Amino acid sequence: MSSETITHGNAVAEVHSHDSHDAHGHEHHHEESFLSKYIFSTDHKMIGKQFLITGIIWAIIGGLFSVLFRLQLGYPEATFPFLEDLFGKWAAGGRISNEFYYALVTMHGTILVFFVLTAGLSGTFANILIPLQIGARDMASGFLNMLSYWFFFGASVVMFASLFIQTGPASGGWTVYPPLSALGQASEGSKLGMDFWLISMALFIVSSLLGGLNYISTILNLRTKGLSMTRLPLTMWAIFFTAVLGVLSFPVLLSGAVLLLFDRNLGTSFFLSEIVVKGEILPNEGGSAILFQHLFWFLGHPEVYIILLPAMGMVSEILSVNSRKPIFGYLAMVGSMFAICILAFLVWAHHMFVTGLNPFLGAFFVLLTLLIAVPSAIKVFNWLTTLWKGNVRFTPGMLFAIGFVSLFISGGLTGIFLGNSTLDIHLHDTYFVVAHFHIVMGVASFFGMFAGVYHWFPKMYSRFLNNTMAYIHFWVTFVGAYLIFWPMHYAGLAGMPRRYTDWSNWQSFNMFADMNRFISTVAMIVFAVQLLFVFNFFYSIFKGRKVTSKNPWGATTLEWTTPITPGHGNWPGDVPEVHRWAYDYGKDGREFIPQTEPIGANESKH
Amino acid sequence: MSGYFILAILALAFILTFQIAKASEYVSVLKGEEKSFKQNNRINAFLMIVFLVLGLAGAWWCNELFYNKTLLAQPAASDHGEKIDFMLIITIAVTGVVFLLTQILLFWFAYKYQFSERRTVYYFPHNNKLELIWTVVPAIFLTLLVGLGLFYWFKITGDAPKDAQIVEITGKQFNWMMRYPGKDNILGRKNYRLTDASNGNALGVDWEDGASHDDIEATEMHLVVGKPVQLVINAQDVIHDVGLVHFRLKMDAVPGIPTTLWFTPLYTTAQMKEITGNKEFVYEISCDQICGSGHYSMRGVIIVETQEEYDAWLASKKPQYLTVKEAAAPAPATADSTAAVSVSNTSKPLAQLK
Repeated sequence: MSSETITHGNAVAEVHSHDSHDAHGHEHHHEESFLSKYIFSTDHKMIGKQFLITGIIWAIIGGLFSVLFRLQLGYPEATFPFLEDLFGKWAAGGRISNEFYYALVTMHGTILVFFVLTAGLSGTFANILIPLQIGARDMASGFLNMLSYWFFFGASVVMFASLFIQTGPASGGWTVYPPLSALGQASEGSKLGMDFWLISMALFIVSSLLGGLNYISTILNLRTKGLSMTRLPLTMWAIFFTAVLGVLSFPVLLSGAVLLLFDRNLGTSFFLSEIVVKGEILPNEGGSAILFQHLFWFLGHPEVYIILLPAMGMVSEILSVNSRKPIFGYLAMVGSMFAICILAFLVWAHHMFVTGLNPFLGAFFVLLTLLIAVPSAIKVFNWLTTLWKGNVRFTPGMLFAIGFVSLFISGGLTGIFLGNSTLDIHLHDTYFVVAHFHIVMGVASFFGMFAGVYHWFPKMYSRFLNNTMAYIHFWVTFVGAYLIFWPMHYAGLAGMPRRYTDWSNWQSFNMFADMNRFISTVAMIVFAVQLLFVFNFFYSIFKGRKVTSKNPWGATTLEWTTPITPGHGNWPGDVPEVHRWAYDYGKDGREFIPQTEPIGANESKH
Repeated sequence: MSGYFILAILALAFILTFQIAKASEYVSVLKGEEKSFKQNNRINAFLMIVFLVLGLAGAWWCNELFYNKTLLAQPAASDHGEKIDFMLIITIAVTGVVFLLTQILLFWFAYKYQFSERRTVYYFPHNNKLELIWTVVPAIFLTLLVGLGLFYWFKITGDAPKDAQIVEITGKQFNWMMRYPGKDNILGRKNYRLTDASNGNALGVDWEDGASHDDIEATEMHLVVGKPVQLVINAQDVIHDVGLVHFRLKMDAVPGIPTTLWFTPLYTTAQMKEITGNKEFVYEISCDQICGSGHYSMRGVIIVETQEEYDAWLASKKPQYLTVKEAAAPAPATADSTAAVSVSNTSKPLAQLK
């Protein structure tokens, strides 16, 4: 798209291969062993790729679990002998057992929320983009950054191991509310599997904190000359707020997890009181099961924004680049993300309106929750205005960014229902909730992630993903997501409870068998198309069309001033200096003006 | 066998897609990237508009298919439920307008402003007036929704009327147990350490409390139409949730922390059969908080009836205290079917309970 960069491409690659200027790369550029380059790498780009590929593997597992339980929900009468071949007693007779169903649901939630959409999303793009977009050689601490990945890897190993325990993995829902999760007598999944879950989460939180502290200090301290905070691309702001949220809220979950481990193994009563389980009278008195929910949701709600904010940031960037137009209302975008970040800490109890929470207290949570709709509305209207009178290129990244906005609107609006406690009494824990959070947090964030992968893949691997497969991937996923989750709202409005293996014995909920079959079928198709994406991803790493210019999208930001394949240290010469904000597209009749270009004498102001 | 067949078809489809994708990449290189970019852009822009139109039509169709299966098609069976339904309609209306407006703009802009060499983009980085408008207008509508919501919220969660009937409901894996206070309208004291299902004390009632002697236990909940009822909600093992879908209500049952919920049933079960046109209609209690492997089957039944029917039912029940006492006596009495007393197990006399 930009002709002048094509000519630079080769020259820069040349410089890079001689490695003449890379101050940081001297000692280890030529002699890097396989181990230090690919495994225990401290290069942010490699760590980002590690997060991404681990995330992809988890996404396949987590997605596959949803296909398995959708089989049960869509075809409750049918038997699938191959399931018994694969899972033995968990699917005796070819039908998924109840324990197995709940284990699948729990692991699906845990894996996708934490391992894919937190680590896989933030971990990937924070690592790859922060130094590249702020003009730094690497993260503030490459070593902590490496540890962050390896703690995540450790958490992954523990969680993965829990899938193979005789009594199965945790099965009390991804929210692991005690006493169900505290009492082995109450559920198979609350035996050893639950300890694994808690240990894995503890490791995960350590990883998240190491990463988050690093992201914050890097963004605050290592910006290149001229790059003031208000010149940062919105991706950086989004990742910054995400990291702040994570650093302040994950420790609270850690405390909840540790206390739960104590209750399980040391006989404490933090969350247990007056319990008779399977005829056995337990000695615990004085604990509060609700306390855990406060601790959980104090992370759990910010977690939603930890997942969503990076997607918002990337979508803002990609929409602007491909509309060839500045993002509309940059400061309002930053301000609204800041507002979301603050409010995220003040709304956790809206998950607890029907726990017996004091109604007076609940009222504040209603107010604060619905307040989030204001910054959300600002963001949506600003995205729309960014498209308005632009010159839209439908690159795969752009398609997913537009899809994100559509899904964010659809899922965000149903949040207005659920945040209003009066309606929540009726809709709480029904399929309405399932539809709401899958659209706004699950699918929308996945779209942000896909947009990011398609957009920055050329920077990561110096090749493009295949466009045709990308278009198929987008349209099938986009249409499929609506086909799966739109009808679920109706089931929710009928009061159909979530986390039911089978509704056939209920007068009130047995009328949706057709819908469930339809949803299951679409879910399988959509899953298959994700595999197509995964194939495209790995195939294109090695065989994709090569990137021939430094700046294939014609973008203004710093990552596109690095060589096509940046080495350790990112810029072969000096780190570029920044002279303007990140969104000078279509200014003064020019298609785009890179951030590195000094302000001209006759340039108009914005 | 059919499994392998499906797998083979899937694999073929995969390979086919891959080959087409690869071929189209070569074609685009041959044709010139510029040209194939423009072609793809036109197709995707067109699909945006197709998606919008088919999407809206699909949403309409979906509504036709499912509206009558939701509760929107039938009246709420409680006074609180009516408020919630009204609130729901208002919220659907407000969000519906925003939904249509924003989605149409999104796909329309994407289509209308698709890439064209002739177009120069409008450099439009910000506009305070516009931004103020779309901060203030949503804020006003949200204030209205919050105000209305909280007005109802305090009505629904406020104190129950003094004359409300009291019913205790206790959840355990995986069923519900009811207890009625009897003539004195006071539920006898409980102590979870006294729980002993095999001796007729599944709820852990303290028989030393005289108020417990006329308490009646049941597995079904009977309520009087038009009479406010206050539920006292308990759980024995893990968290459950009393989901009353037709009344539009729900409240968690938490071990160690009793919760309450009150409402007035508006229609008897018989009336609801007529209203819904479903002869099998029954008010169901669903457990709405995951509670273990039998969660999906944790079903209770509520029978809403007239005062006379209710009185007749109540008269037919024997207080649990008497049942237990008789069972403990040397000559075993006929056990009440609802009490689940294991008559053979009389080795533990009542005295021991005290």
